[in-house]
Amino acid sequence: MSALPTVSAAESSSAAVGRVVSGGVDTSHRAILYLEDITVSFDGFRALDKLTLTIDAGELRCIIGPNGAGKTTMMDVITGKTRPDSGSAFFGQTIDLTRLTEAEIAHAGIGRKFQKPTVFENHTVFENLELAMKTDKRVRASLRARLDSAQLDRIAATLDLIRLSGEARKLAGLLSHGQKQWLEIGMLLMQEPQLLLLDEPVAGMTDEETERTAELFKTLAGGHTVIVVEHDMEFIASIADVVTVLHEGSVLAEGSLDKVKNDSRVIEVYLGR
Amino acid sequence: MNQAQVIEIPAMPAVRLPAGLGTPPALFSVKGWAALLAFVLSVSVLVPVLFIIVPQDNSFHLSAYFVTLVGKIMCYCVVALAMNLIWGYAGILSLGHGVFFALGGYAFGMYLMRMIGREGQYQSDLPDFMVFLDWKAYPWYWSFTEHFWYALLLVVLVPGVLAFVFGFFAFRSRIKGVYFAIITQALTFAFMLLFFRNDTGFGGNNGFTDFKRILDFRIAEPATRATLFALTGIYLAAVLVLTRAIVRSKVGRILTAIRDSENRLMFSGYNPLWYKLSVWTLSAVLCGIAGALYVPQVGIINPSEMSPANSIEIAIWVAVGGRGTLLGPVLGAALVNGAKSFFTQSFPEYWLFFLGLLFILVTLFLPKGVIGIVEMLRRNRA
Repeated sequence: MSALPTVSAAESSSAAVGRVVSGGVDTSHRAILYLEDITVSFDGFRALDKLTLTIDAGELRCIIGPNGAGKTTMMDVITGKTRPDSGSAFFGQTIDLTRLTEAEIAHAGIGRKFQKPTVFENHTVFENLELAMKTDKRVRASLRARLDSAQLDRIAATLDLIRLSGEARKLAGLLSHGQKQWLEIGMLLMQEPQLLLLDEPVAGMTDEETERTAELFKTLAGGHTVIVVEHDMEFIASIADVVTVLHEGSVLAEGSLDKVKNDSRVIEVYLGR
Repeated sequence: MNQAQVIEIPAMPAVRLPAGLGTPPALFSVKGWAALLAFVLSVSVLVPVLFIIVPQDNSFHLSAYFVTLVGKIMCYCVVALAMNLIWGYAGILSLGHGVFFALGGYAFGMYLMRMIGREGQYQSDLPDFMVFLDWKAYPWYWSFTEHFWYALLLVVLVPGVLAFVFGFFAFRSRIKGVYFAIITQALTFAFMLLFFRNDTGFGGNNGFTDFKRILDFRIAEPATRATLFALTGIYLAAVLVLTRAIVRSKVGRILTAIRDSENRLMFSGYNPLWYKLSVWTLSAVLCGIAGALYVPQVGIINPSEMSPANSIEIAIWVAVGGRGTLLGPVLGAALVNGAKSFFTQSFPEYWLFFLGLLFILVTLFLPKGVIGIVEMLRRNRA
């Protein structure tokens, strides 16, 4: 971490909003996400306290921690929803996340699934995927947008992957909770992100759905980087390589699930309660 | 540089989409186009004939009162469509749309005032109200307003630029919902106070009136009135088609997505600012043009058009008709204004009570407005 890059993404931050960041993310030093000394306070409460975390490209990382540990705030910082009071957040070597808007960060290649499934309830499943698809998202392009056959195939493939082909015409608001979770994951995939942030992706899913979700995430890791925030230990055990435990806004422990489970401090603050 | 791999959807056998998905549906059905054509023909041929050619004692004759009233209501219908675009689809409630309508009206009114020439009370080159203020020349911002084309330009630019600048700062600061509605109320109120002042140079609380000529045609002539009426009808039909085209495009789906879940849209890589700003500015311009058509037909424009209550009424038309539907706003504007002209003639003191009652009833029982009833009846029959 001593060689933290200081090059700001002048190119991407000055580019017109909504444009695809050219060149993509530079992961030449293996890591795709660097968070260093991030501090965020809300009315004196330190949601994040000098949080330092590095995620390698292609990794599937699970983040756990008791309520209020700062998991969601960390995602807010990475996706531009919350600006840190201090510290730096880089996507790859060059893209400074603290300078970009939510839309620019999404374009740079970070996709986010919310804790509560967030889909466009008054649009059909098909339209939800269409809106999420990676393309020129500026107004003028959207006015003339027509789906070509490659794009239609892509939507069809994603519908199949998230097992919603039969529901393509259904309004997303009418889907079951688990189906909405899957639709949101499908929307993330349509964005073709390099880094996926998933906030409790299996909350409210049946056991079978959870199992299939775990399978899906394992196929996604490697090709892209996945960060999962989850409470379901069984689910974490089924997917995680490396687990990070957050506590009071900073990293308490990091390592394999077994190692973390046996850490005395972790047992004290989290697992042993 | 070692580029990270773009995520590929795992390989799988080719999957077909259910038929018909992804191909945009036709703008209107054949029936819809036919209805639209019938409407355009009746405003541009049928009404002029019944108004000008059919003699007054014939029971088919249309009175000047009727033509003016319907012409005025059609202007309001356009305002309702413009309001629906921003409120019904993008979910941004504006309670200041009257200001754009009035500014379009004032911009064109300046031209109409110039065309009075020396036919005013004081037989001066200046409008009567300027003579009254003892002004010797037109203020600078009246320059070139004697040119018809320049006036048309102002009709589009004044509401457009105001909406763009106001919208840019409001949307960039992410002002939403009730806060945005209150600021738009303040905007129209501020303009009303400004225009009430005699020194502003727009006739104070009397506004502009006593118009004589438009181009070289006398405004009181039936043929001129019929032409203005026909233009208004054609404009209404065009705005209807434009609204439909926008709503049916991907932009329309993005606008409703802003309404329903702006966060998800932002994290999907869209910047809502430009979508809101575009449709907001377009909506203002559509209102401005409607105002410009309204003024020569009604024969007067004054600052009361900018009163906060007027702008609230626009929202009521849309709510009564059915927000977020294509025809709802047109229906709402026509129904409420039809009722208004009936009430204000027969029971003037009860109109505001009726309007308030209507709004409460619609909010409580008809979330989709009058169009909602029509849809329900149709579904029950099917």
